[in-house]
Amino acid sequence: MAEAAAAGELATALVNGAGLVFDRSGAAWWPEERLLVVADLHFEKGSSFAARRGVLLPPYDTRETLARLEAACAVYRPKTVIALGDSFHDLGAAGRLGIDELASIRALTGGRDWYWIEGNHDPKPPENLGGWCVAMLACGPLTFRHLPQQGDQPGEVAGHLHPAARVTVRGRGLRRRCFVTDGSRLILPSFGAYTGGLDVRDPAFAGLLAPRFHAWMIGRDRVYPVASGKLS
Amino acid sequence: MDSSYPLPVSLPPVFRDWFAARGWAIRRHQQELLDLAETGRSALLVAPTGAGKTLAGFLPPLIELYHELQGPPAERRRGLNTLYISPLKALAVDIARNLEAPSKEMRLGVRIETRTGDTPIEKRARQRRDPPDILLTTPEQLALLLSHKDAGDLFGGLRTIVLDELHAIENTKRGDLLALGLGRLASIAPRARRVGLSATVADPDRLRRYLVPQFVGHERMADLVVADTGAAPEVAILRTRERIPWAGHRGAYAMPDIMAAIKAVRSALLFVNTRSQAEASFQALWQMNDENLPIALHHGSLSVEQRRKVEQAMTLGKLRAVVCTSTLELGVDWGAIDLVIQLGAPKGSSRMMQRIGRSNHRLDEPSQALFVPTNRFEVLECVAAKQAVEEGIQDGDLPRPGGLDVLAQHVVGRGCAEPFDMDTLYEEITAAAPYAHLDRQTVERVVDFAATGGYALRRYEQYHKLERLADGRYTIASRKAAQQYRLNVGTIVEAPMIKLRSIRRGGKARGTGAAPQVTHVAGKPVGRAGFHIGEVEEWFIEQLRPGDTFLFAGQVWRFEGMAENEAYASKTEEKEPMVPSYMGGKFPLSTFLASRVRALLADPEQWRFLPGQVSWWLDLQRAKSSIPKAEQMLVETFPRGSRHYLACYPFEGRLAHQTLGMLLTQRLEKMRMRPMGFMANDYALTVWALGDMSRLDMHLLFSDEGVGDGLDAWMADSNLLKRTFRTCATIAGLIDRRHPGHEKTGRQMMVNSDLIYEVLGRHEPDHILLQATREDVSAGLLDLARMRQLLERIRPAGRILHRTLAQISPLAVPLMMEIGRESIGGEANEDLLAEVADEFMEILNG
Repeated sequence: MAEAAAAGELATALVNGAGLVFDRSGAAWWPEERLLVVADLHFEKGSSFAARRGVLLPPYDTRETLARLEAACAVYRPKTVIALGDSFHDLGAAGRLGIDELASIRALTGGRDWYWIEGNHDPKPPENLGGWCVAMLACGPLTFRHLPQQGDQPGEVAGHLHPAARVTVRGRGLRRRCFVTDGSRLILPSFGAYTGGLDVRDPAFAGLLAPRFHAWMIGRDRVYPVASGKLS
Repeated sequence: MDSSYPLPVSLPPVFRDWFAARGWAIRRHQQELLDLAETGRSALLVAPTGAGKTLAGFLPPLIELYHELQGPPAERRRGLNTLYISPLKALAVDIARNLEAPSKEMRLGVRIETRTGDTPIEKRARQRRDPPDILLTTPEQLALLLSHKDAGDLFGGLRTIVLDELHAIENTKRGDLLALGLGRLASIAPRARRVGLSATVADPDRLRRYLVPQFVGHERMADLVVADTGAAPEVAILRTRERIPWAGHRGAYAMPDIMAAIKAVRSALLFVNTRSQAEASFQALWQMNDENLPIALHHGSLSVEQRRKVEQAMTLGKLRAVVCTSTLELGVDWGAIDLVIQLGAPKGSSRMMQRIGRSNHRLDEPSQALFVPTNRFEVLECVAAKQAVEEGIQDGDLPRPGGLDVLAQHVVGRGCAEPFDMDTLYEEITAAAPYAHLDRQTVERVVDFAATGGYALRRYEQYHKLERLADGRYTIASRKAAQQYRLNVGTIVEAPMIKLRSIRRGGKARGTGAAPQVTHVAGKPVGRAGFHIGEVEEWFIEQLRPGDTFLFAGQVWRFEGMAENEAYASKTEEKEPMVPSYMGGKFPLSTFLASRVRALLADPEQWRFLPGQVSWWLDLQRAKSSIPKAEQMLVETFPRGSRHYLACYPFEGRLAHQTLGMLLTQRLEKMRMRPMGFMANDYALTVWALGDMSRLDMHLLFSDEGVGDGLDAWMADSNLLKRTFRTCATIAGLIDRRHPGHEKTGRQMMVNSDLIYEVLGRHEPDHILLQATREDVSAGLLDLARMRQLLERIRPAGRILHRTLAQISPLAVPLMMEIGRESIGGEANEDLLAEVADEFMEILNG
């Protein structure tokens, strides 16, 4: 499994017994259940800056995020997709979506089982876009929710924190978005085009992972597993 | 400008007496400027340091104000008479002080005030209501003043505009901002004369155009006044018994000699090219400073208070030496400096003349300078620079077109002041020399960008920053937008900096690899504890691990960790820092100096000017490989270890070589040579590959055809482009500047400019901001033009001298030593990631 990752093939890891594939896009794929998970899409984050602060960022973040999501769905052909919360950047986000984006979202949610998990940015995901809105979801050994819960949570798959990791190799620091797992719990990187990362060393991650964990760092062509002791 | 205000030609008696009391006579160039003022003409004064430039610029307005204030109070004109703009805040303050003296001594009663970022708010408001006679300020403050509704009243009666150190600002983005401000002033105060003050430059005509309003199709220039030059500087190159290193930039070998040179004079300035070089030399000097000579440190990352302290001590003559970067290159007269030492590559003759001019501000005595090369290639550069400086030859720079990002900023400011229509705006913009040739369509796109973001997907009409009125004019849409403009005005976008605070050494054991819980380092929350040491680049802090030691402010620090966007470090007793912080110098080798270095290398006759160990090195090169002729470029191919190397020596500067490296690796890839990486310095480029490159057609490899194709792809993916985009987006107002102390908590709250760049590039590659970014990259940063010049230069048959060698050549030795220290960028990041992952795999398998 691990050898396959190093050889440039699939990056695969066990989370509470479930074999998951970490995709370069930031999505996790559970082949056994034909299930695709993405976290923190933050649709319309760009336009929220325009609306709230008058900062006119390029209004293409939602279609970029959707294009990546469509590509991942085309590759894996999932039966089920779970969006782990904060799919919409704010309560007004759905109202600011363009016609094309609305159509893309409906097409995505239409062809499969689609779950919008509630996040802190979108406690009430819109109901007119297809899919079901749920607070959390359990499936076999895994439990999907937005906010990682404190304490031992075997099988929890969560988002919210936007993990990123840093390694220093020969004096050079490299920082990448990453999946982070200790084999029991998994926290996904944010998927949205305008979402940044929070270092896994940040106190916000304290207590969520065993002392030894792995950051699966997203490189240009591959996802690279790096042991926690090697992070800087 | 014939219509400007005339001035009486004769010096009023009170001025004549004042000159006489000092034993001064009015100098030729001062009189010429007076004569030109009398006819109302704008002028560029080119003069060396110490020629009384400032007085020359201010004499006409002082005389005019004198006459005015002599007259009956009822007839006195109120309002600003003279506007003085300096690139340095400190210089404006200093000049104000220098003007106060004659004004007081002659009892002129002229009101002279400065306006900088430090001026209190009440005073700034008062200055707009009740302006002084002479206002000394900076380009940013001018932009801010022009963005107010009362700008017309404030500047309407303006008679003279004095632009100081014009050579230092004209060809930069700040120069663009100033030029646009001048374009605006041309319509508010069309009769004001402009006077530019400049050091000697290669192309004074460009500055003469910059000074006066341009009209499409009619190039106009200010008159030129050239002051007499002083004595030529005396430049020596360090003679040493020590071994000059092959590579590196520390200059450790020369420190005892530098110390001896400092001891031999009353005061010296030691110029270096980077902050980290300044840190390292300062530390090295103090380690051998047995007599405790007062030696200080000055660079841009130190806190302002610390810098002011050093400057004051220097003015008072209390320091024997200051180790400094370009922060002390311009402006204020620091009093008696006997010797200027340049440690490291001179990079350009103009820069050297500027630096050397800091010593001995008397015209009739030669300035003294000592060049200290830090490695053997730099010896060649030092010798070439010495000759150029002694001959007084300047190295010109390529003119760059006015930045569209700066224009976008200006347009918003213009909307803040009053509604504008497209015709007037276009006229004002093209009056500014850097924008004289800009087409109207581009200006319209920039206005569209400033108004609504300029996106093809028109999503932001309701959030616009500029509002279009019914009559077609544009005006600022909201108070918030105006505030946003005023907070973000300016063109200097620093690398993101992080505040560095000192704390006591933490109780945490070292090397545990555990999270840097800074808040618990001292067993309690750190909070505001620890004093502010200065600002450090974010990229530098990011590569540190807690426990790493580094040099800052002349002291070795131990990095403790980060908290709330501030970095914490504790003092250590260690002498050598673990993390070297040398980054390649910011300044590229000038084209002119590069050609002098090539000529020097090509002419063994001249090698007698070189130290023995260097001429021996070149003799060896001639025996083992070849010495290229001045118009040739040497290419060497040789195997080493399991790789094949190609080394070439264009002497075109690191940036141009980096660009060439990108191009060559792409071509080598196509030629199936499997290139692995490359390393560029100011003189040479070396590429290594798995394939044997000795049989390649070098004219094909270095062909100047299809250069653009290969680079476009690379540029699209490069960090350089991302960094440039960040600068452009900040200047253009797309992303807010970070204001120290006002950062949002948690960096995930901000949208990273790299992400914006990627999304915009994919969805609207022709967006005006991407165009601005590409223009910036190809105009200056990438040195694409220089690489093209190089490829053209070596195109004729026989211009590439290719030697196939069995082993490394003497010239290539320094390159091999630099490999591994410097990074390759791009691809290499991926390799490094793979490396840690592979190590991890071994542990797993083991």
